[in-house]
Amino acid sequence: MALNGAPLSVQGLRKSYGANEVLRGVSFSIERGECFGLLGPNGAGKTTTLRLCLGLADADGGTARLNGLPVPERAREARSRAGVVPQMDNLDPDFTVEENLLVYGRYFGYSDAEVRSRIPQLLDFAGLAGRADSRIQTLSGGMKRRLTLARALMNDPDILFMDEPTTGLDPQARHLIWERLKTLLAQGKTILLTTHFMEEAERLCNRLAIMDHGKIIASGSPRELIEEHIEPEVVEVWGETASEWGSRHARGLASRVEQAGETVFCYTANAAPLLASLEGARELRYLHRPADLEDVFLKLTGRDLRD
Amino acid sequence: MSAANRFRLPALTPRFVPIWRRHFLVWRRFWAQNLVGNIADPLIYLVGFGYGIGAIVPQVGNVPYINFIAAGSVCIATTYAASFEVMYSAFSRMHVQRTWDAILAAPLTLDDIVLAELVWAASKAVLSGLPILLVAGLLGLWESPLALWIALLIPLVGLTFAALGLPFTALAHGYEFFVYYFTLLITPMAILCGVFFPVEQLPPTLRMISEFLPLTHATALARPLLLGSVPPAIAYHAAVLIAYTLAGFYLAVILFRRRLQS
Repeated sequence: MALNGAPLSVQGLRKSYGANEVLRGVSFSIERGECFGLLGPNGAGKTTTLRLCLGLADADGGTARLNGLPVPERAREARSRAGVVPQMDNLDPDFTVEENLLVYGRYFGYSDAEVRSRIPQLLDFAGLAGRADSRIQTLSGGMKRRLTLARALMNDPDILFMDEPTTGLDPQARHLIWERLKTLLAQGKTILLTTHFMEEAERLCNRLAIMDHGKIIASGSPRELIEEHIEPEVVEVWGETASEWGSRHARGLASRVEQAGETVFCYTANAAPLLASLEGARELRYLHRPADLEDVFLKLTGRDLRD
Repeated sequence: MSAANRFRLPALTPRFVPIWRRHFLVWRRFWAQNLVGNIADPLIYLVGFGYGIGAIVPQVGNVPYINFIAAGSVCIATTYAASFEVMYSAFSRMHVQRTWDAILAAPLTLDDIVLAELVWAASKAVLSGLPILLVAGLLGLWESPLALWIALLIPLVGLTFAALGLPFTALAHGYEFFVYYFTLLITPMAILCGVFFPVEQLPPTLRMISEFLPLTHATALARPLLLGSVPPAIAYHAAVLIAYTLAGFYLAVILFRRRLQS
């Protein structure tokens, strides 16, 4: 066990597919017990980064160490103390809940008795106690994701890789996953999470890195990122004349103004003058709120669609 | 992936066993349908062709047609079972169900997965070929206990056709692709390799081609064994089957590495 040193550290990872440079020098290091978030629009390189960290593909340049071992050279051993929750569910559809866990436990070299002794605890953690004999098709999306999480915990991993763990889930299911992840963090597990839900990142992550076009363009704690990259207050204004109001009044009163569709976003250190101006414009609706991670994200990666 | 890494020899370790057991557990769930499907077709061929054509063509060489075709039926059933498994089923596990991705998150490697597919497909081929051999025995078509040696030949033929099909699975982007394989390779082999009639009946060019096809070497071993004699050139025929197995498997591993790990 390599208890000293970071559970995961990568230096200068580069990866191209043909002419497409997917990763252009990615470096970061994760401390034991922390939740580290990789944020970025679709195609930023998050999933490729995870694949390289797990040794599932070879980098064109750079180095990675997982659980103290060089990857991909000793990736197989390194993965024996890692857990993975993939973006797309890949549970075995022909099996029951329990069979899914049994078969997966065998992949780690555990005896059937060993796996069976772990299953009740794992099902309990996943909120699936009593569902051991259910077929996969009868589970909801949230249950499947929780079972995938339970499966990833089979080997009591030191570090968990979670690729967009709550994408496609309803709010109830999402909150339950978040609760479970917090429990794991409290137990001292390390988590690497990719997401494009800012709320998820803000709630769970101690530190995050925002990726775009294959590079990390900003990193720090959620609070640091907000303080460093964006004005503390936001006034969102919308309505038919919002754009006219924006160009006539807001530009002088806010330090930065952005427009997306019919909505004008005003970023400022002091919203009072903006709010006063809006008092006189009855036909406009507005929202005054503190700046959040999403504002940072949109400022750094732009408002253009990525698909 | 660096070239040296992609072309390194596959690691053959017992780590493939838990993956094999996974496939077996799925099979066990539907064992009745699976067995019926595997056995019914070739059995109908054996009995139908054997007695039907046998009535018109009473003798091939010096034996009744049903005795002749029994060995061919065992070989073709084994061939089809192995080929179907590595194409349709393995492709579905790799590409559709993403079972391979789940396995790769565990401390297992792509080599382990491909080896498990190879051995599993051969296992299923045994489940198809062996019952035909036993039915042939029940029909009194074994001339001597030499026929029991076919029980050892079946797994080898299963491995050969599993290994031959896997590279095509590594290249496939949909199930349609496999139609080419079956139409352009398996069906001609069924005709040219001594399954339904002796290769000696073929014109010289086709006979030469047939000599290069693995199924020819399977029937060349199975038929004499079933008809009660020791096959000539056992080592040669076995060597051809083993060579196809090793080459196909190695090529498959390289192609899967290129597809999934680059």
